[in-house]
Amino acid sequence: MLKILKYSLFDLVRSNWSIAYLTFYLLVSSSILYMNGDLTKSIISMMNVILLLIPLVATVFGAIYMYNSREFSELLLSHPIKRKSIFLGQYFGLAISLSLSFIIGVGLPFIFRGIFGSPQLSNFLVLIGVGLILSFIFSLLSFFVALRFENRIKGFGLSLFIWLFMSIIYDGLLLLILIWFESYPTEKLAIALTLINPIDLGRVLIMLFLDTSALMGYTGAVFYKFFGAWQGILISLSSLLVWLILPLYLLLKYTKRKDF
Amino acid sequence: MGDVLRVGKKQAYQTITQAINNSHPGDSILIENGSYTEPNLLIKHPLHIIGIGFPSVENQDEKEIITIESDSVNITGLLLKNVKVSYINDFAAIKVNGQKHCIISNNQLENTFFGIFLKQSKNCIIRNNQIKGNAKNEMSSGNAIHLWYCKNIQVEENQARNHRDGIYLEFVDNSVVRNNIVENNIRYGLHFMFSDHDEYMGNIFRSNGAGVAVMFSKFIKMQNNQFEFNWGSASYGLLLKDITDSEIINNVFKQNTIAIYMEGANRVDIHKNEFKNNGWAMKIYGSSMYNNINRNNFLNNSFELGVSGRSDSNNFNENYWSSHTGYDLDKDGIADVPYRPVKLFSRIISKIPSTSILMRSLLIDIIDFAEKVNPVLTPDNLKDHRPLMKTIDYDKN
Repeated sequence: MLKILKYSLFDLVRSNWSIAYLTFYLLVSSSILYMNGDLTKSIISMMNVILLLIPLVATVFGAIYMYNSREFSELLLSHPIKRKSIFLGQYFGLAISLSLSFIIGVGLPFIFRGIFGSPQLSNFLVLIGVGLILSFIFSLLSFFVALRFENRIKGFGLSLFIWLFMSIIYDGLLLLILIWFESYPTEKLAIALTLINPIDLGRVLIMLFLDTSALMGYTGAVFYKFFGAWQGILISLSSLLVWLILPLYLLLKYTKRKDF
Repeated sequence: MGDVLRVGKKQAYQTITQAINNSHPGDSILIENGSYTEPNLLIKHPLHIIGIGFPSVENQDEKEIITIESDSVNITGLLLKNVKVSYINDFAAIKVNGQKHCIISNNQLENTFFGIFLKQSKNCIIRNNQIKGNAKNEMSSGNAIHLWYCKNIQVEENQARNHRDGIYLEFVDNSVVRNNIVENNIRYGLHFMFSDHDEYMGNIFRSNGAGVAVMFSKFIKMQNNQFEFNWGSASYGLLLKDITDSEIINNVFKQNTIAIYMEGANRVDIHKNEFKNNGWAMKIYGSSMYNNINRNNFLNNSFELGVSGRSDSNNFNENYWSSHTGYDLDKDGIADVPYRPVKLFSRIISKIPSTSILMRSLLIDIIDFAEKVNPVLTPDNLKDHRPLMKTIDYDKN
């Protein structure tokens, strides 16, 4: 598995896509830092970029990679290698290369601006952590979809729909539900529904760490009490982990019986 | 001029009490550096009490240190320490009971329950005192400077920290609060109750529960103050409750959860202020009418305006809004399209607080944009008809 991981990782890191992705992050984060001047504000702006783009790029990139390396996968399958190692290796190669571009692209400009000496370091680490987890989750989802559907149009369509659903439609539904049950105390419901969607969860975590919770008045206090306590953080982390482990399990189960 | 009585280890008087008992009206008592533990110092005739090198004075029972029951008393240069918390009496480091022309200046107060307490007094000056409390919660703490039923008081250049309220005025008229620094108080930095015709200017209110609360008052002038970092789930920069005919001019509001919260505020002019990086720049609630909000800078606030109820009679004109994306074809510096500071989401969030979990979500940006293009739900007549294209530069003197 490690050999395959290494191979796909180097293959991906050398590709133009990763370099473009890396340069894009370098550009975005340094221009945000340049224009804001203030680390806290920059982290909030980066949060918007990250929550929108990381899932999108991971989705598209994962699907493209999977479809392009299909011949290679088939070649590997003809060798006496475990299927599990092939696909896990490919997946981790993909996810790690995406994460590397992200960490370097966002990290370098912030390091030059002296994030290590500043009190914002912990917030920045939360931001990076959320970005990493989202990269892993969404590349996994698109990887799975691309493996499942051999028709590229169908595969791309479904991957993009998953992204659209998670980042916009889900929030719309959540808003509708909260408006529907207006006359009930819906704070706990809101928290529960947020826990389900990794993008929302990432957003709320970053916001709470940046102390935006004060803006939300009483509700903010309720959220803070939940997410700020270690149980809340534990639950949030495990919910994110479920998003990783469950698809991974399904993927492995699926690859075992898939007829190539 | 009266005599000079010296208090010190090697002087005629060993304790302040002795000196006060042997003094005559108009005398000066010079207290040398050292620490003095005294019974309550009751001053019954005009005196100048002057500390040299901040002698520390404490009450032997940790009760009231100095009680003034005479006109024209000056107290300066003392270090007053440790007044016990009491739930029955308002023990203060210095209390003035119904007197005139007192001057309390250049003192340091540490860990006093109430700091300087003026009761039914007139024409007094409280200047350049440094007051630091030890307040843990609202119940068991007092105010740094507390004025009750007073007139013509000047509170200048003091520093008030870690009390319940920094400066508290109840039934105080025609008074001025100027150039004070008020920080880290658990309730309000400056608190007006039932006080009319007062002014406060040049003060800095930083990291208090709420910067300034003006309640049930009329004709208050608020100028050149800074309201900073009043941040927390129930924090305000300036809280206006049932206040009329007042002016808020040339202030800076920076990083407050809610910069100005108004409830029942009528005929208040809010001019030339800067609102920067606040959670909410303004919340205008319950029956606030005929307020003028003109020529202010609204810069990078998460929400600019929240309203509830009817607020058509409030007038917004010629403000600069940093999130305004209007254009100015005739180049007169005023955008050609009016600006609506109330976002759809800020309305939803006021109505259903739990939707705040969606803050900064992409969906919200989309909704706000759609509403901006074609307003359906936001109040139609609440808008700045002449929004400015550039920030306003004004003298901040």
